[in-house]
Amino acid sequence: MHQGQRGTEPATITNGYAQLAANVLARAKACGATEADIVVADGETFSVQVRVGTVDRLTKAREKRLGLRVFIRKRSATTSTSDFSQDSLERLIADTCTLARAVVEDDVSGLPDAAQMAADQPSLDLYDETVLDTETQIDWAKRGEAAAFAADPRITNSEGAEFDSSSGRVVLANSHGFVGSYKSSNFSLSVSPIATESTTGAMQRDAWYEVQRKFARLASAESIGQEAARRAVRRLGARKVATKRVPVVFDQDMAGSLLANLCGAISGYGLYKRASFLLDQLGQTIASDLMTVYDDGRMAGGLGSRPFDGEGLATRKNTIVERGVLRSYLLDTYSGRKLGLPSTGNASRSVGESPSVGPTNFYLVPGLKSAQEIIGSVKEGLYVTELIGFGINMVTGDYSRGASGFWIENGELAYPVEEITIAGNLKQMFKDIEVIGSDLVFRGRIASPTLKISELMVAGN
Amino acid sequence: MLEPVQLAKFGVTELEAQHALDRLNVRDVDYADLYFESRTSESVSMEEGIVKRAAKSVSQGVGVRATAGEKTGFAYSDELTKKDLEIAADTARYIANSPQGASPVPVPTQRRPTRDLYPIERAKAEVATADRVALLNAIDAEARRYDPRIKNVMASFNTEYKVVAVATSDGTLVGDIQPLSRLQITCIAEDGDNRQVGSFGGGGRVGFEYYLEDNRHLSYAREAAREAILNLSAVDAPAGVMPVVLAGGWPGILLHEAIGHGLEADFNRKKTSAFSSLIGKRVASDVCTIVDDGTLPFRRGSLNMDDEGTPTSCTTLIEKGILRRYITDKLNARLMGIPLTGNGRRENYQSVVLPRMTNTFMLAGESDPQDMIRSVKRGLYAVSFGGGQVDITSGKFVFSASEAYLIEDGQITKPVKGATLIGSGPEILTKVSMVGHDLKLDNGIGTCGKDGQSVPVGVGLPTIKIDEITVGGTQR
Repeated sequence: MHQGQRGTEPATITNGYAQLAANVLARAKACGATEADIVVADGETFSVQVRVGTVDRLTKAREKRLGLRVFIRKRSATTSTSDFSQDSLERLIADTCTLARAVVEDDVSGLPDAAQMAADQPSLDLYDETVLDTETQIDWAKRGEAAAFAADPRITNSEGAEFDSSSGRVVLANSHGFVGSYKSSNFSLSVSPIATESTTGAMQRDAWYEVQRKFARLASAESIGQEAARRAVRRLGARKVATKRVPVVFDQDMAGSLLANLCGAISGYGLYKRASFLLDQLGQTIASDLMTVYDDGRMAGGLGSRPFDGEGLATRKNTIVERGVLRSYLLDTYSGRKLGLPSTGNASRSVGESPSVGPTNFYLVPGLKSAQEIIGSVKEGLYVTELIGFGINMVTGDYSRGASGFWIENGELAYPVEEITIAGNLKQMFKDIEVIGSDLVFRGRIASPTLKISELMVAGN
Repeated sequence: MLEPVQLAKFGVTELEAQHALDRLNVRDVDYADLYFESRTSESVSMEEGIVKRAAKSVSQGVGVRATAGEKTGFAYSDELTKKDLEIAADTARYIANSPQGASPVPVPTQRRPTRDLYPIERAKAEVATADRVALLNAIDAEARRYDPRIKNVMASFNTEYKVVAVATSDGTLVGDIQPLSRLQITCIAEDGDNRQVGSFGGGGRVGFEYYLEDNRHLSYAREAAREAILNLSAVDAPAGVMPVVLAGGWPGILLHEAIGHGLEADFNRKKTSAFSSLIGKRVASDVCTIVDDGTLPFRRGSLNMDDEGTPTSCTTLIEKGILRRYITDKLNARLMGIPLTGNGRRENYQSVVLPRMTNTFMLAGESDPQDMIRSVKRGLYAVSFGGGQVDITSGKFVFSASEAYLIEDGQITKPVKGATLIGSGPEILTKVSMVGHDLKLDNGIGTCGKDGQSVPVGVGLPTIKIDEITVGGTQR
């Protein structure tokens, strides 16, 4: 394995972008902008997909992008380009100011107050200098897939294994004089094997993956492949069940999807548009008293960590739900002003779009029971390991999704199930959380232990 | 007639393109192409009665690809200099790992696309921001006028203007100009504590005037408001297996999820689809004939050529219930030895080509929609849907109703809350017992996701009756 330094001297480029940003901000001001901010992002990506032992697809690229937001008093517009030439940027600045003049004044629009800008920019252990050569990365994908095939004779095919590595830099600057930058990297392996039932020929696919900021923290390719195989094989022979109301246990990833729904419902934009089922609930009980949720933007090495948010405010650790009581929304400056509240440092910014709100590392505090104990507490019910579809109404909380997993009988996983739905209302579902597991693992920016909801409607036969 | 797109538009000469293709001309590479793309997209959006946001984005780049057997090497760059093309070509050919090929690549000859499905002049594709603002203001007023219980209107108007050119190792150079626009409206209705949402939208490869014809924009606003108000009186949806009548148009998303994805050639070449090796077999009742047609003028899913320069076509996927054909791109057609259907698509120059749908719909049958409703004792009549999703391998798919009604004793009765419908792709169409004479295509709002890539698509359906499908409501 080859390890070494990345080719270009990063500090020079960062300084170059800071200078570029300062120039663009000055030109925007000359065009009539009263305030402005700019994001410059660049990165390198590498991706290799291996299928049935050979390379299926190999992708490599470098990219860069610049996003500009201007305010002309209370009017604003946002633009972006990948062309950093002088001509292109002049055109972009002029276009942005023209667009801003064409929209309507919006009283609360504007940058955050100058005093609020992040004062410190701690290194959060987000960047790994490791450079992997192409063969090493192909080898990781091959070993992951091979481990899945070796794990069980019923693994007969594969959608492939994919190894990705990427690194990038973000520079954010605004007309208050704020300049922030950070670098980050990601390394990931996912394996998607297919299991076949010899008698019927019926196939089942499942996958397992891991993502880390640092290469050295990645679990072994073999362990990821083996887990993927275990998950695919255990789905063989899945059947439908009769329609009935039962307790439902959500595995870690599916419980995480419920937390993602919570994120959506407490996002400032949904709230001020009155498009959320959790309006006016600050300080109210919205969930079971077992439930405490944090959003921590400064967790070392976290997949959602960053030193400052999409507007340059310091990230922080916010208590979102404390023993069932809603303590904080997720807000940026704009949505906060609409609701009469300060930003929570959750501005999320994709280059070229005005800020929106997003979680950083958003997680449910674990309880004491193992997943096994939780399943053991169910006489008859459903253990959900996959959910599909978009049957969630964020305005009403109505919830109806396609599910697959396992039927629980007398505390044991009896057989796999599929082609069923689970339905309820999220407002009630959060209150009906009866047990929270001890198995919290961060595999993304939203993480949850296993949890049990006392009852949901399962529709099948 | 469409003028050919010149490479000069991208600041590249034909010689430079040929030079890059020549670097890809190593022994084991069977095909290579360069995909040049320049895209300008603009959007304006309104909420709370004011047009608050305007955005514009410009991007340009090249995607360079080489295939060797089943392998694909791919690189892309947002810089288009000779040197950047060379670096990308060297990366793409890495997968072949073989010496320079013996015969030189042919000089690409400029071809014109054979069709002109969306002849929109550049001038008409460019819309003054003030006109977009006026459009959204009129929509807001119309939705609020529809009913005082409409408390918020969110509307957005997006346009995209894309110029592409594909230079291939088999010696062609062909380009296209692809306009696209979409108007989307969401209304929130409130009555005391009861809050509900309704949405409507439409678009296509059409100019701005399309939205103003017969006040189409205002009818969209009323539709979104109507759905929100209707949902104020919706009751809980039923749970369990029952007959479902699907209205025509957008409910065609059923076809997209249940069979369309499963018939994409890549999954079938890899034998990971529930439809693998079902060609010639019955997968639907004999009243079902389903096509994928990229050649319909002005449609959101239509293209003069796909992203490999192949003219799009109308492909019969299922004929009277029998599975006939998969949809293909060049790589999969070659490896499987089956016809090229012009379905090789990519989101942009940064993504690889995959076989993707265009406009997927069922041809009209002979039944009267009223007879279908009358034939149902207890079931669901579903008129509009949100999104759907499918597990290609197991064939299980879902799609979620946003406007639906109970059918009781042959009559449409109460509106019900949204519910997810779940079924199995290779089985569901065998349960279609009646197909209406009223084929309708959707209004042009569909976006399909696959491997993280989004592309615009269309769907269509006559009214159909499915004898049984699982409805995921909350009530017995």
